[in-house]
Amino acid sequence: MSEIKSSQEALIPPVSRREFIATVGVGVASATVLTTGVMEAEPAAETLAHEPTEGSAHHVPISLWVNGTQYEIGVEPRWTLATVLRRELGMTGTKIVCDRGECGACTVIRNDQLIYSCMTLAVDCDRSRIETIEGVALKEKLHPLQQAFIDNDALQCGYCTPGMVMALKHLLDHQPRPALDDVKEACAGNLCRCGTYPNVFKAALEAAQKMR
Amino acid sequence: MPKKVKTTVEFEGRVSEILVDIPDIETPLWGNDAELDIVGHPIPRVDGDKRVTGAAKYTSDILLPHMLYGRILRSAHPHAVVKSVNSSEAEKLPGVKAVISAFNTDPIRWHGSSSLFDKTARLVGDEVAAVAAVDEETAADALELIKVDYETLPFVTDMEEAMKDTAPKLWPNGNVVGGKPSIYERGSVSKGFAEADLVIEETFRTQTELHTCLETHGSVAFWEGDKLTVWDSTQAVFNVRDALAAALNIPSNHVRVIKQYMGGGFGSKLELGKYTVIAALLARRTNRPVRLMLTREEDQMNTGNRPATLQHVKVGVKKDGTLTAIELKSVNANGAYLGGAGCGAPYREMYLCANVRTEEYAVYVNTGRSRPARAPGHVQGTFGLESMMDVVSRKIGMDPLEFRKKNYATVNQAQTNPKPYSAKLLDQLYEAGAKKIDWWNRDKSRNSGDFHSRKRGVGMASQIWGGGGGPPAYALVKINRDGSVNVLSGTQDLGTGTKTIISQIAAEELGIALADVAVDLGDTETCPFSGSSGGSTTAASVGPAVRTAAADARLQLFEYAALELKVKPEELSSRRGKIFVKSDPQKSLPFKEAARKAGNNMIIGKGFRGPNPDGYSLNTFGAHFAEVEVDMETGRVTVLRHVAAHHSGRPFNPLTMTSQIEGGVIQSMGYALSEQRVIDPASGIPLNMNMENYKPMTALDVPTIEPILLTQVDEHCNTLGGKGIGEPPRIPAAAAIANAVADAIGIRIRELPITPDKVLAALKSSVPSHKV
Ligand code: FES
Ligand code: FES
Repeated sequence: MSEIKSSQEALIPPVSRREFIATVGVGVASATVLTTGVMEAEPAAETLAHEPTEGSAHHVPISLWVNGTQYEIGVEPRWTLATVLRRELGMTGTKIVCDRGECGACTVIRNDQLIYSCMTLAVDCDRSRIETIEGVALKEKLHPLQQAFIDNDALQCGYCTPGMVMALKHLLDHQPRPALDDVKEACAGNLCRCGTYPNVFKAALEAAQKMR
Repeated sequence: MPKKVKTTVEFEGRVSEILVDIPDIETPLWGNDAELDIVGHPIPRVDGDKRVTGAAKYTSDILLPHMLYGRILRSAHPHAVVKSVNSSEAEKLPGVKAVISAFNTDPIRWHGSSSLFDKTARLVGDEVAAVAAVDEETAADALELIKVDYETLPFVTDMEEAMKDTAPKLWPNGNVVGGKPSIYERGSVSKGFAEADLVIEETFRTQTELHTCLETHGSVAFWEGDKLTVWDSTQAVFNVRDALAAALNIPSNHVRVIKQYMGGGFGSKLELGKYTVIAALLARRTNRPVRLMLTREEDQMNTGNRPATLQHVKVGVKKDGTLTAIELKSVNANGAYLGGAGCGAPYREMYLCANVRTEEYAVYVNTGRSRPARAPGHVQGTFGLESMMDVVSRKIGMDPLEFRKKNYATVNQAQTNPKPYSAKLLDQLYEAGAKKIDWWNRDKSRNSGDFHSRKRGVGMASQIWGGGGGPPAYALVKINRDGSVNVLSGTQDLGTGTKTIISQIAAEELGIALADVAVDLGDTETCPFSGSSGGSTTAASVGPAVRTAAADARLQLFEYAALELKVKPEELSSRRGKIFVKSDPQKSLPFKEAARKAGNNMIIGKGFRGPNPDGYSLNTFGAHFAEVEVDMETGRVTVLRHVAAHHSGRPFNPLTMTSQIEGGVIQSMGYALSEQRVIDPASGIPLNMNMENYKPMTALDVPTIEPILLTQVDEHCNTLGGKGIGEPPRIPAAAAIANAVADAIGIRIRELPITPDKVLAALKSSVPSHKV
């Protein structure tokens, strides 16, 4: 966190074109904002639809960029990112299974890094760019990895699936030609009690091939 | 009115006779040569998109306006009297909306003579009090502020200790459940031992396995006046509804239970949980919705387990390999409340033997209660039995596979009037599996490791299970005016693929595309009754009901098509979206067109599951072959290959069926090699109530798994020709691995899990020999 905060520029989350459109809609003014690299938070920020949790006295305001949309939100310093995503933002695709960094069900991508969101405090994510399972599908269309999960039956109960998809999407984003061992390594931190691992491996390799 | 008959049904090994209707709509058997477009094809899950995008809403994902969060305070002692609960500090904490315990609620009976909040705690993790607060963090804070005054009592966590006269008693009548063992005997084992050329005795032990479902147990409860709606992570919505209504003393039609998506059950979610009642009580007290999902620690601690066993086995055998007697004396750790424990079924059923006796003790101990766990009893018992068969075959110098074939049973000997199996092709599974693993050349494997530091070996084991299903199970099929179809049934999809199979069956019978069928399950208010999803019975119970309902709906639609085509409805058939005249297929009408003709004249097809066939025992079979490598320096066992051959009649969906087999093998590898609950005997506190130290298999542990599916239809079981597959692959895998380890190192490990310390200790203390 500290090195990100040391640079003023890094405070502005990098925004892809797709996310940018999702955030502020398409327009000339928006395009200008993009090229200058200075994103004004206010026009795009989504004020939370739900009322803030009662009874929590010490809320710290933070700003999160989740799947390209900015959220201004008050959090207690002890709230984890997983809890904030699920409870405060209603994005329940990210799962909490162990709540202590053992299973990977809560895996999300923060500023291009794979993290366990149950082990990450939301306050530490202020001004971070977060990518969750809800943001993986491209518009209405499934990401090739998601399609490969379905085609290869890489899910049974599906509770580990969001975490698996995030871990493997991160792999494919960075390593378009993974070997089987790379795939295994990439999801070694994601437990699947139904035991779908062999199909998960197949799905990741197939998606890699299709994405080339 | 349909005619009522009696039929026999089996669920998790328990057999009962029930009254059932015979459907008046005939759906003839889909035999081996039936031309099926959708059933039996490898079709991806119909709800896969919801699961890969995070759109699927599990119970743990339900968020309602003004919802509160519940948490349970649990006993810190394995045995104690709860003298008082002081919650005044907790109640003062901002954000806390209610605290309940035995001291401010009416008692609700639970586990026979116990209650929801029992004033005697009998295990670390027993429910003592509960809170509802505005968020999970505040609820957790509140638990810390509740003061409980305990008077600790002597306790016992070890089942063998618990059987001694001097042991602390959990219940007035002593620690042996029912006061005596459950005994089964056929023939005379003493006569059988007298006839034997060789009598061999061995002792096997298995550990306590925890279900470790990824989604913990829990519910969301919400009252509208006197009407309660509950989302529950459950395998049995109707069980939960009826038990919940009884617990709250309200009629069943005031309770609606919903389960859409669920993150694993494996047998631990077959009944009403205390957490559900607690959520409902907290919701009523606060007049707000309450979500109460257990934490991982609570889930591991007190939502069930596969009980530990001790199995003394004695077998008599002739030199030619004929079994003359099988005797089992087992002790099974039932936990603190009656849960059901025993492992004798495979001993009674698997092999041809005239003289069999099982004597089984289930024992109360101050630990979590046993619950059905994916193939309850059979997994433990098959480890003992199939390890023993390996020992015996080696002692008489016979190949383990030949020995099993020699004692092949074709009738269910455990029945009073033994019936033949409806379809037993285990001999073919033996052949197919042996070929795949190269069984007859397995010496090659044994010699292929680097002989000093790594040794390899091959082992096998086989399996019997039920899975034939039966009534009652109901389904409705509605055809909408645009030709789309809704199927409703009160069963549940645990991730096994039930929803997909039901879609396939309905689409096939209606003759339409899979995409035109939507299936809704797991809702007691909108769906007709179906039983709990356990015992590998769901597909074979619900599937035929869905098929009959679809046939009923189709016949109703044919009335409209017949008018249009100017023929009699009986002359029509449908396939691939068309309704056509059988004698002149060119004369046809699109299915959707016929639906439009029907308009808003509601077409509702009704179906129910008919009786099981008389005269057959409905079972499923499998044979596993494993190749392992043992590191002689570290004691670590690695499974290199695992061949899993299964037959359950027609595979409804080979894609999802293969997933079940692979998943079953992988869970069993954990059972064989690493998983176990650890309890500190001095304090009674469980030590590894998390995932890291419980050690389920990870992506890095998984070998090549090679499933073999025999697709032959079971012509007797039901109109679909297929049975269940959920549990069978869990049954023989651990024994196959243990037998492979024995083959590799020449020493038998008789206790699961086969962890490195046990392997090293065994290597140190005995001289390896291949007479294991
Ligand atoms: S829930 Fe975060 S790692 Fe398990
Ligand atoms: S699919 Fe159930 S835990 Fe992975």
